[in-house]
Amino acid sequence: MAKTKIMLEKRLTVPTSVKAFVPIIAIFLALVATSIFFIVGGKNPIEMYIEMFGGAFGSWYGISETLVKTIPLLICALGVSVAFRMQLYNTGAEGQLYMGALAATYVALFVPNIPTLLRLPVMMLAALLAGALWAFIPAISKALWDVNEVITTLLLNYVAILTVESLLFGAWKDPNGFNFPQTAQFDQSFRLPAFGTTRIHMGLVIGIVLAVILYIVFSKTKWGYEIRVMGESKRVAVYSGMNISRNIVIVLCLSGALAGLAGMSEVSGVSGRLIRSISDNFGYSAIIVAWLARLNPFMIIVVSFLFGGLLSSGSTIQMAGLPASTSYMLQGTILFFVLAGELFIRYKVRFIKQEVE
Amino acid sequence: MSLALIIAVLAAAISAGTPLLFSALGEVITERTGVQNLGLEGMMLTGAVMGYIAAITSGNPWIGFIVGALGGGALSLVHAVLVISFKANQVVSGLALTIFGQGFSGFIGKSYIGVPLPVKFELFRIPVLGDIPILGDILFKQDALVYFSYLLVPLIFIFLFKTRAGMTMRSLGENPAAADALGVNVFRMRYFYVFVGGLMSGMGGAYLSLAASPSWLENMTAGRGWIAIALVIFSQWNPMRAMMGAYIFGGIDALGYRLQTIGVTFSPIYLKMLPYILTIAVLIFTTIMSRKKHLSAPEALGLTYNREER
Amino acid sequence: MGNLVVEMKNIRKTFPGTVANDQVSLQIFEGEIHALLGENGAGKSTLMSILTGLYKPDCGEIYIRGEKVDFKAPKDAIDRGIGMVHQHFKLVKPFTVAENVILGLPGKQFIQQDEIVKEINHISEQFGLKVDAGAKIWQLSVGEQQRVEIIKMLYRGTNIMILDEPTAVLTPQEVGELFRTLRSMADKNCAIIFITHKMHEVMEFADRITVLRGGKAIATKENKHTSSNELAELMVGKQMSMERKNAGGELGEVVLKVDKVCAQNDKGLQALNNISFSIRAGEILGVAGVAGNGQSVLSEVLSGMREATRGKITLNGEDITNKPVQSIIDAGVAFIPEDRGSTGLAGNLSVIDNIMLKEYRCKKFSGGIFMKDKAVRTRAQELVDTYDVKIPNIDCPVKMMSGGNLQKLLLARETSFGPKLIVAVYPIRGLDIGATDFIHDLLIAEKAKGAAILLISEDLEELFKMADNIAVMYEGEFMDTIPYAKANVNEIGLLMSGVRSGTNG
Repeated sequence: MAKTKIMLEKRLTVPTSVKAFVPIIAIFLALVATSIFFIVGGKNPIEMYIEMFGGAFGSWYGISETLVKTIPLLICALGVSVAFRMQLYNTGAEGQLYMGALAATYVALFVPNIPTLLRLPVMMLAALLAGALWAFIPAISKALWDVNEVITTLLLNYVAILTVESLLFGAWKDPNGFNFPQTAQFDQSFRLPAFGTTRIHMGLVIGIVLAVILYIVFSKTKWGYEIRVMGESKRVAVYSGMNISRNIVIVLCLSGALAGLAGMSEVSGVSGRLIRSISDNFGYSAIIVAWLARLNPFMIIVVSFLFGGLLSSGSTIQMAGLPASTSYMLQGTILFFVLAGELFIRYKVRFIKQEVE
Repeated sequence: MSLALIIAVLAAAISAGTPLLFSALGEVITERTGVQNLGLEGMMLTGAVMGYIAAITSGNPWIGFIVGALGGGALSLVHAVLVISFKANQVVSGLALTIFGQGFSGFIGKSYIGVPLPVKFELFRIPVLGDIPILGDILFKQDALVYFSYLLVPLIFIFLFKTRAGMTMRSLGENPAAADALGVNVFRMRYFYVFVGGLMSGMGGAYLSLAASPSWLENMTAGRGWIAIALVIFSQWNPMRAMMGAYIFGGIDALGYRLQTIGVTFSPIYLKMLPYILTIAVLIFTTIMSRKKHLSAPEALGLTYNREER
Repeated sequence: MGNLVVEMKNIRKTFPGTVANDQVSLQIFEGEIHALLGENGAGKSTLMSILTGLYKPDCGEIYIRGEKVDFKAPKDAIDRGIGMVHQHFKLVKPFTVAENVILGLPGKQFIQQDEIVKEINHISEQFGLKVDAGAKIWQLSVGEQQRVEIIKMLYRGTNIMILDEPTAVLTPQEVGELFRTLRSMADKNCAIIFITHKMHEVMEFADRITVLRGGKAIATKENKHTSSNELAELMVGKQMSMERKNAGGELGEVVLKVDKVCAQNDKGLQALNNISFSIRAGEILGVAGVAGNGQSVLSEVLSGMREATRGKITLNGEDITNKPVQSIIDAGVAFIPEDRGSTGLAGNLSVIDNIMLKEYRCKKFSGGIFMKDKAVRTRAQELVDTYDVKIPNIDCPVKMMSGGNLQKLLLARETSFGPKLIVAVYPIRGLDIGATDFIHDLLIAEKAKGAAILLISEDLEELFKMADNIAVMYEGEFMDTIPYAKANVNEIGLLMSGVRSGTNG
């Protein structure tokens, strides 16, 4: 009788082909697995996928809507990836995005007499600061006492969302808004310009520029080198005289700042006012995007575009009579398969046939 | 506040704390074996929705509770496969569970939003104990699941610290290599206890949708899974302390409703925020205190075990 | 000689990039103490891990008492009476001795502590293994922990006992005690296998010796028919040099002065206890002692990685007590840490990144914001060439390198910036003879350049080769500091166990 043993060997180097194919296969398998739910929901999965894909990427309009969703994903995922580099799990991008949106809205609606040219920069600055501030308590408590940042950043999401809601239902509610929980419309000078007649706005350029900047920071600068060492081993970093605590605070706050900027880009570029559904779970999807892209800024652009398609096809899903949450389920499943796939990146799997009497 | 009101608030605190208790107990078990499962939120939601649907379909709340537990357990097995067999990052896998659980529960629960629960767990007074003044009204006029959780806490405590199996299990979290060298099947045992943890998380969710606030709403757990994880740290991986913590947080939940009824004007939004802010404060405080006393989590918590790693 | 109990035939085991065991065969008989002798990396531990079911061999057969076995897990080996005391003890620290002993065994669910303690006491009396069964592991000394490991195996009815480098953590006196225990076990028909690279232990205690080299079993010899010279030759494949490396020379001014320094370990317990000493330029101060007596803490305090709770450290008269690591590096302190792979080097980072760890702040290698890529690459290539570090290229991650090359790389970095003080902790641990020689030559060259060197070692042979003065560390302080010329092994051994000559009767 022949028996097969599975042996795992740690890889010393990873072939590029493995790096490229494993995530693709993982995503494919995730789509296959999710089709079970489509079938349960009474839909033909293949038709659904074709429709979703067509809706997101099949027309100029579809692509433009996909790009609209790509922008917040891209900026948030860049933010999340900054923290991940130091093995800090910032799960609070969602809340930081809300706070960024809130700060930007405050500037647009309640700060008088800003020179027109400075309006957008001031909004951005406010959003960056608000996001950073929202990450500050988790950051400082992680740096000083090693308090679990996953829990603190995540719980603050609820606080941020509740804060925004309280303003939308209260002090900031648009008096002429038929009692909708939303603020008044921003003046045009507080809006990020859009491209032509599409809804794609300057946020896309901001996101791509940020990706380039982050790439340069992490591969060419002294600070990037320090972060690389700290992310690899805290002990080695201490050994070579790097200040870990200070960098935990800097990195988590920077991560939060970028997520905050995504909030500004949404209120200023898309909705033109603060609304309840300012985020389509962007902060959570960003975690998946960053992980899938293996923290590489350019890969984050590509993966954000794909996930942007997934989010924009949410309307296709809903039109087919399935709940919007289908998309989150699909995202979770993709992450499952990507995580499983990493085994094949880190290890060489050998099957050994053995004769057993 | 009158005595009657205080008793009512405290009794409600027990009920509101019970979902947290089930989930936190489950996570204590999981983490004691060295595996961290941050997907409680996802497992609780899965347990809540599956329990709710099963209870409506079968007309029996117990079947709902059991199906809810199994739902949480099933999701925890995904985590087990990923982090034990596929050696995946435990934090990210836990997040994946959360995201999936939110999506999945929303997906299958869509048509049950607003559907009333035809059956429920009745409150009943335990003879003798229920007659103790004040305490009887708080502790022993609850539903059967609360009594079940009363039993679970000491049982788990005794299992963990007094039995051979519990000792073996704790060794997995402290030094899996030692257990492995003595012939303990680290992988199989971790699978088992991660599953048990998932079952209990599912119970926490099911209790929420079947008893604590009988209804189904999307994302109805509202962060309770994360609060339960913080409770585990607060409890220093001890079921007794987890119980205490769960009821304190249940109390905040319960107080929210009651304060309004007696006309305390306090913005309900701030009251809603309170549990999250308090959890963060407690987490920070607990972490500082345990650092001072050099207490720590199970030594091998969150680490992948790999026998032939060199 | 008794019956044949273990027979391993043509065992082969490979790890990525290395063949750990190649066609190894081994026979063990009842009642014998059998030494597995070989340098680090010869494949001894791997072979024994296969015998205990921890690793699966790629091919080969194992027979226990004539019966062919296929161990799938350690449990199968335990069931056959095979037990191993690993070099890094496999004990659960927060558990008691008794709990560790019964871990994994079937039995009544509710543990009868008294009965177990009684049984443990019975075993300890029988074999002279004194230990408090109710104590928690973390409260015990390393020697006591080793006894717990042995009791654990005996409790399981082990009759084939394997010990991996059992003496590495013991004082010479404890070593004697251990082997008395092992002999009494052998007399009761146990088979004992111990792994070692120390020649004198083999000659003193083993009945038969199997020599491993480069993953192959070279020869099996009977003690009475061999000599240490023959074994040494078999072990290294050439004549071993035992000569002293340190040629003496004039010592200069005091470089490092440590004055009544106290510090705590990770548990918050006092690990350095008013320690005072000084090292002069061109001096190698060797520190002997059983691991865990504060050596690592001392090295970390000197390099700034750990806080001194009291006392004063000066370098060339400048106070460096509790200065940030960066200023201590700038002051000229090089540090070769105990665990080169996890403290001194980051495995996943490239050779370039690792070489830059100490110097990346210098104007030469970075400006205000950016790294100077070209200068960095040139520097890395230069060091790799000068120190003969063997790597495919300077961009590959250092985890691909062997232990010897890793240590060369680390020393290249630490000595290249002209350090005034070098703190070296177990610098040759796990290295083969060639790499050891290289490292020692490097340190001697630094001594000649006038560096003060603190050499912490667990190997008395190394200290006698290298040190100008030998200090003995025990429970966070120096028992005594003895000039090389006046030092003898016996006295140092006593000091290592906390006994000052004269106080011991």
